[in-house]
Amino acid sequence: MASFLGLIRLVVGAWAFLLLVSATPASAQQVNPTASSVKEQQLLQELNRIQGRVSIPDQRSGVLEQPQGREWREFRNVTLRWIGGVAILGMIAVILIFYLTRGMVRIEGGRSGRTIVRFSGFERFVHWMTATCFVILAISGLNITFGRPLLLPLIGFEAFSEWSQWAKYAHNYLSFPFTLGVVLIFLMWIGGNIPGKVDIDWIKRGGGLFHDHPPAPRFNAGQKGIYWIVVVGGGLVAATGYQLMFPFYVSGIEGMQLAQILHSIVAVLFVAAMLAHIYIGTIGMEGAFEAMGSGEVDVNWAREHHSLWLDEQNARSRAGDANPNPAVTAAE
Amino acid sequence: MARMKFLCDADRCIECNACVTACKNEHEVPWGINRRRVVTINDGKPGERSISMACMHCTDAPCAAVCPVNCFYTTADGVVLHSKDLCIGCGYCFYACPFGAPQYPKVGNFGSRGKMDKCTFCAGGPEADGSKEEYEKYGANRLAEGKLPLCAEMCSTKSLLAGDGEIIAQIYKERVMKRGYGSGAWGWKTAYRESIES
Repeated sequence: MASFLGLIRLVVGAWAFLLLVSATPASAQQVNPTASSVKEQQLLQELNRIQGRVSIPDQRSGVLEQPQGREWREFRNVTLRWIGGVAILGMIAVILIFYLTRGMVRIEGGRSGRTIVRFSGFERFVHWMTATCFVILAISGLNITFGRPLLLPLIGFEAFSEWSQWAKYAHNYLSFPFTLGVVLIFLMWIGGNIPGKVDIDWIKRGGGLFHDHPPAPRFNAGQKGIYWIVVVGGGLVAATGYQLMFPFYVSGIEGMQLAQILHSIVAVLFVAAMLAHIYIGTIGMEGAFEAMGSGEVDVNWAREHHSLWLDEQNARSRAGDANPNPAVTAAE
Repeated sequence: MARMKFLCDADRCIECNACVTACKNEHEVPWGINRRRVVTINDGKPGERSISMACMHCTDAPCAAVCPVNCFYTTADGVVLHSKDLCIGCGYCFYACPFGAPQYPKVGNFGSRGKMDKCTFCAGGPEADGSKEEYEKYGANRLAEGKLPLCAEMCSTKSLLAGDGEIIAQIYKERVMKRGYGSGAWGWKTAYRESIES
């Protein structure tokens, strides 16, 4: 009996000793669960974003933090306004100075009274469809960047918001006919817009803006420049614009920030380039508007600005005497 | 005046999603929109942490800065709110937000954005406090009733804290002191340009 009690005492004693021994180091060395845990600043330094798993259906909300919106904000509110302001106001200033010093480029030989077809009905339709869309897209787009500081204080919150809402709808929907127009312009006029040797001479002689008229084919180097600005610029704004219109189809938020940066820079430069195009096509040059207006230009205008093209048309009409109005077919 | 803030104690969050559910229910948030979500980082690995995130109601809020129609405003309590009457659904606040807070209902043309929706710190919108219009657009206005956001009130482990920034920072500091560790106030540096030393 005594030995049994002794055994119990021994077991209890040993158990208590073991408990004491095993417990002591645990309380002395405190457990720190954050030692191995993920840390915010470390994750941000590594990837500049923090992403994890979410159990809600919207898996894109797994991005917890992406502070690069700060750089985008700086671009949108400061950098872009400078780029756009300098490009557009600068272009207006250049045009104004040019108009005041050079004035309208006249047809030196005067009007001949005879005309030649320059652009077919289809070509003019495509041009004006694209042009109309462009003007509305440009105004509604500039409104997003410059409306808040310039227009909002003038017309107030409600009116500005209402206008901006319609401008957004117009911007979204008119992107489709605009894109179609850019594609058609690309296909329709690619033939006449491949840069060639004659363009170098034309550029060297200042495009005839200041003194003489260098020879030029159907499209001179300046027009070829406009063509490629429309095709490349239009392609870029369309591609980046659709990326923003269809969020997350192409990329996440960083991709959309980049798309907005590219879209807006190309767009303001595009607007500046088109201001020059509009100027030279209207009050900048006598006889130029008719090309896209009635589609027929004065022969003397054609001789001065597109001599090689006129020669080509004349050669064709001589070759096909049976056709009384050869230029119609020649214009394609 | 108090400066309202959220603080998620990541060492306490157990990813139960009660805050997410509470928010959706309290404000009758429509399908496809989550004003709050719980993100688990390093899921299933050692050192995994879950953080409940919504709008942080930033100081010098990026959303407000980039909005083309200036529809955001900050209340006297430091809560960042917006007017759905002015919002045009352009998506710019979404590009600028570091926390993915702005949400857009997919309405109308090709799944494009409707009026932006986000966490209001249970403070409604510009309409009269507690009005039907305010509830329909922004959800409940608990702050006007003297209550704090429901997500934090519902938090089962008291991980998510909402209230005056100084008070919740003090609570968190005391916790960290007592237990001897803390992984910091997630998002504070980005949202408020300050952090709580742990």
